[in-house]
Amino acid sequence: MSDETTTGLNHRKLLMWVFLGSDCMFFASLIGTYLIYKGSGVAHPGPADVFDIPTTSVSTFVLLMSSMSMVFSYAYLVRDNIKAFRIWLLSTMIMGSTFLGFQIFEFSEFYFHDHLSPQTNLFGTTFYALTGTHGIHVTIGVIWLGIIFYSSLFRNTVTSKTNLDLDLAALYWHFVDIVWIVIFAVVYLFGTFTGFPAS
Amino acid sequence: MFKTIKKFLPILLSLLFVIACGGYDGPQSTFDTHGPVAKEQADLFYLILWAGMVVLVAVELAIVYIYIKYRRKKNSEKIPSQIHGNTRLEIIWTVLPVIFLAIVSVPVLSAIWYVGTPPENPDVVVNVEGHQYWFEFEYPDLDVVTANELHIPVGKTILINLDSKDVLHSFWIPKIAGKTDIIPNQGNYMWIQGDDVGMYYGQCAEFCGESHALMRFRVIVETDEDFRAWISQQKSEAFVPNDPLEKSGYDIFMSSKAGCGGCHMIQGSKKAKGKIGPNLTHFGSRQHMAAGILENNQVNLRNWIRNPDMIKPGNIMSGQGAVYMDPNKSLTESEVIALASYLQSLK
Amino acid sequence: MTTIPFKFPFNIKLYRPVKPTGVWDWLTTIDHKKIGVLYGVTAFIMFLTGGIEAMLIRTQLIAPELKIIAPEVYNQLFTMHATTMIFLGVMPLSAAFFNFIIPLQIGARDVAFPRLNAFSYWVFLAGALIMKASWFLGGSPNAGWFGYAPITGATFNPGNGIDFWIVGLQVLGVASLAASFNFIVTIINMRAPGMTLMRLPLFTWMTLLTAILLILAFPVITVALIELMLDRTFDFNFFNTKAGANPILWQHLFWIFGHPEVYILILPAMGIVSEILPTFSRKPIFGYPAMVLAASFIAFMGWLVWSHHMFTTGLGPIANSVFTLTTMLIAVPTGVKMFNWLGTMWGGDIDFKTPTLFAVGFLSMFLIGGISGVMHAFSASDYQQQDTYFIVAHIHYVLFGGAIFGIFAGIYYWFPKITGRMYDEKLGKLNFWIMFIAQNLTFFPMHFVGMQGMPRRIFTYDSEMGWAFWNGFETIAAYAIAFGVLIFVINMIKSWTGGKKAGDDPWDGRTLEWSIPSPPPLYNFRDIPIVKSVDDFWHTKQKSDTKVKSKTKVSDIHLPQPSYWPFLVAVGLAIAGFGIIYNLVLTGIGIGIMLITVCAWSFEPVNEPDSH
Repeated sequence: MSDETTTGLNHRKLLMWVFLGSDCMFFASLIGTYLIYKGSGVAHPGPADVFDIPTTSVSTFVLLMSSMSMVFSYAYLVRDNIKAFRIWLLSTMIMGSTFLGFQIFEFSEFYFHDHLSPQTNLFGTTFYALTGTHGIHVTIGVIWLGIIFYSSLFRNTVTSKTNLDLDLAALYWHFVDIVWIVIFAVVYLFGTFTGFPAS
Repeated sequence: MFKTIKKFLPILLSLLFVIACGGYDGPQSTFDTHGPVAKEQADLFYLILWAGMVVLVAVELAIVYIYIKYRRKKNSEKIPSQIHGNTRLEIIWTVLPVIFLAIVSVPVLSAIWYVGTPPENPDVVVNVEGHQYWFEFEYPDLDVVTANELHIPVGKTILINLDSKDVLHSFWIPKIAGKTDIIPNQGNYMWIQGDDVGMYYGQCAEFCGESHALMRFRVIVETDEDFRAWISQQKSEAFVPNDPLEKSGYDIFMSSKAGCGGCHMIQGSKKAKGKIGPNLTHFGSRQHMAAGILENNQVNLRNWIRNPDMIKPGNIMSGQGAVYMDPNKSLTESEVIALASYLQSLK
Repeated sequence: MTTIPFKFPFNIKLYRPVKPTGVWDWLTTIDHKKIGVLYGVTAFIMFLTGGIEAMLIRTQLIAPELKIIAPEVYNQLFTMHATTMIFLGVMPLSAAFFNFIIPLQIGARDVAFPRLNAFSYWVFLAGALIMKASWFLGGSPNAGWFGYAPITGATFNPGNGIDFWIVGLQVLGVASLAASFNFIVTIINMRAPGMTLMRLPLFTWMTLLTAILLILAFPVITVALIELMLDRTFDFNFFNTKAGANPILWQHLFWIFGHPEVYILILPAMGIVSEILPTFSRKPIFGYPAMVLAASFIAFMGWLVWSHHMFTTGLGPIANSVFTLTTMLIAVPTGVKMFNWLGTMWGGDIDFKTPTLFAVGFLSMFLIGGISGVMHAFSASDYQQQDTYFIVAHIHYVLFGGAIFGIFAGIYYWFPKITGRMYDEKLGKLNFWIMFIAQNLTFFPMHFVGMQGMPRRIFTYDSEMGWAFWNGFETIAAYAIAFGVLIFVINMIKSWTGGKKAGDDPWDGRTLEWSIPSPPPLYNFRDIPIVKSVDDFWHTKQKSDTKVKSKTKVSDIHLPQPSYWPFLVAVGLAIAGFGIIYNLVLTGIGIGIMLITVCAWSFEPVNEPDSH
């Protein structure tokens, strides 16, 4: 794919943007499903009963910071500072994994302590489906970054010339982060603060 | 001249075909309206039908004209004038349809509101519940529950509430009103009015399973007097019959071996209080049975009781009734005759 | 098959093929032309199976109260007929043309991601086999191609049929998405120098719009199917009415996908017609910018009309009014295209060969389907039409008279380019007239039968309803359609290897694909053309007849290399799919296979083994 392209953009870069457009619709459908059922359903518990906004705010912050870390990692790679690139890449992975850890903690609290399973009620079904799908996306992202990190351990495998690989991963990572911001607002904040419509 | 006829013959035949297709009206014809809702819908349809026919004929004729006039002559090498477009013409044929649609949207929107807004104080309220594969009718203000045959007074407004505890169905009486779907938990409703006394055909119009094709019903539009008489008859309780054959049918119906009362209600009885199947208290008064697919007579009724699955594959009765599931409990021929006799006595 | 190794981490050696032949060639090909042929042949066979399903349906309905086909089987037949025709017939037949023709029309040597392209074909095949296997593995899906909840849930549908439907559609969705990503990048990023977007052939434009619609619409049905699967397999509550769910959620999700889907079905056919009419009229398309604008408007508006499929679901007069108005509006750009096609032919010197006949047949039939569509748009009167044969008539006029006629037009039009031979013109004309007349005789009466109150999806009807005569008539006419298709098959078989040699440009074409040999060489263009206008090839021909000598050495052309990894990833996906139906352990195995093979694919070099 080193030939000239009509737009000047690399094929794979264009592919990633198109793919993310498609993934938008995927999350939009899951978020839509969640919103349609918000406030309905017969059994407890509901969002106000289980959400711990302070804790989730921390994990959200961590994920947001991981995006910043991602930006640094890419910036250093482009400048051929391989050492710094790897540090910031590792930091991104750690923050992403921390976010996942928080998710797992939250899910087990809901499941074991609050007795909220996907089978319990409409809230359980839609909540787990939406945040679970997002969690799978983050996991795929962490694995992808891990593969790049592992490759970078071999001299001259990951350099500023091959920065497209990291660029694609970074785009994906930022997208997953933005989706989380929407989920946090729509599911967690709308779900618990009075003044927002409950149903 | 023969050549000209040959050219136009296909068009003539097509026209004849189109005309022949229209024609007489069957029992579920949407053109033969007997109520204001269906009439409003048919009138709207005629509006677009004529407009559509004009467009259809005009464009199809243009195609035929092009076929005749601009056909390439054998081995012609001619390159026609390479016209790329005509902006004025293109604007005209974009704007004109928009104007037409804008004009037409007035009667359309008016009809949508008319059809979709039930009267504030309907004369009769009916709660329709769709089941696989029959319709249940409850008159909440009049204390009547029945199935498969809906009676309404002529010229009066009827509010219909629609619900289902199983799958989707749709409530459709073509000659009286277009359909509205029955969706569990959605709480749909519609309004109808029958302007002419008579019997009208209804059919479920949303795929609901194996015997969706066999889920029909009848609507009886009758005078106010007849309607009130029907209501008081339907409210009355059933008696234990005197006739020996009917009495033996009653005994079988109420027995725990047959277990009919577990699913079917017979008001006034102690043992038949079930609400899973149709209310049979006045089964004998209905003209049709098995959800509008069979005339209600001894032969059909016996066939139905003997083997419902043959008549309506997938029906719940043969899927759950003990007499059909357990070979030790199956009904003998004399039991079938007795039961049929009892049921028809329930007027 | 000769293979050579390539490097993979942990010192593992993996292999890729070198100049494969015979069956291996087809299995490992990444050449868009071969992939196009694979799509076309597979899809056509699927189309025939869908046709058999239709013939069985019509046979059961030939007279009232027949018991030829049991209701449970009948329900499976109409479900499979529609699912087959839409997902295994029309869409992949269109994809066959996207594959073969797009690179040729934009002056490229292949698509942007050749292995992804091969992958999308093998996944399509897997999805088709999964779907069709249901007939032999315990029963096909039986709840309609639209699968409305709650009858698709585990309570009312405990067997495997619906699971086959879900998995089949998801797998097919992966194929469609992969292909669409590929075509979007290809069309945007691989055009010959000078080919601006407003110089693209209209078939390429329609393909671009179709692919954009696809990548945005398919995720919605993917989510709906995932939700249904979670309900069925793990007792989630998305469509569980007892937990308070409203089954209308399924309808919204399905139709937000479903309406753009119908434009996905028709835009390619419109693109084909937009190529054929100018070529055979010897005139350019009338109003090229308007055609692009109208199609873009249709693609955009297609997102704003979905609830016209739900007019009778009790949305209320406000929602019904909005969707009535948007649906009426979308008729306008469709009309504009119709007029522009007529304007193209007007004043032309038209050769009514078989492609032209099918293209004009498209215009005539799609018009009828479009008018009945405007009738449905009026929601108040749609209450009488919805779920009746009036809709069945509309569907078949636009999809059979429209999409299928457009596809047949394309097959005849590009047959010389693909095979290097001419089809039999007499058989072609016979095929057209039989299909044209039979399709009208079959589907026109359905308008009337529908307005006479015949609902859809009923396995039988009473003799007193007055539908018997026309149903019998429609069935006989449907058999005639089958006969017309048989003529087509004979023509194809006879002409593929035995037809007269076609030459590069049998139609005096206007677009780039006609400037190269038939069939095209592996590298498509010796010299990448430089484009100066719409219909650049036509203008070049007018200026001079002599062929310009090529400056490029064939040995200097670098092409992507064949690979078997796309096939293997598809196998992994198929196994994972079967696992969802039968045993989740299989799904684990399938995913494992996919992970390994995808990794291998990503490390496999794209270039020739001996290049640097």
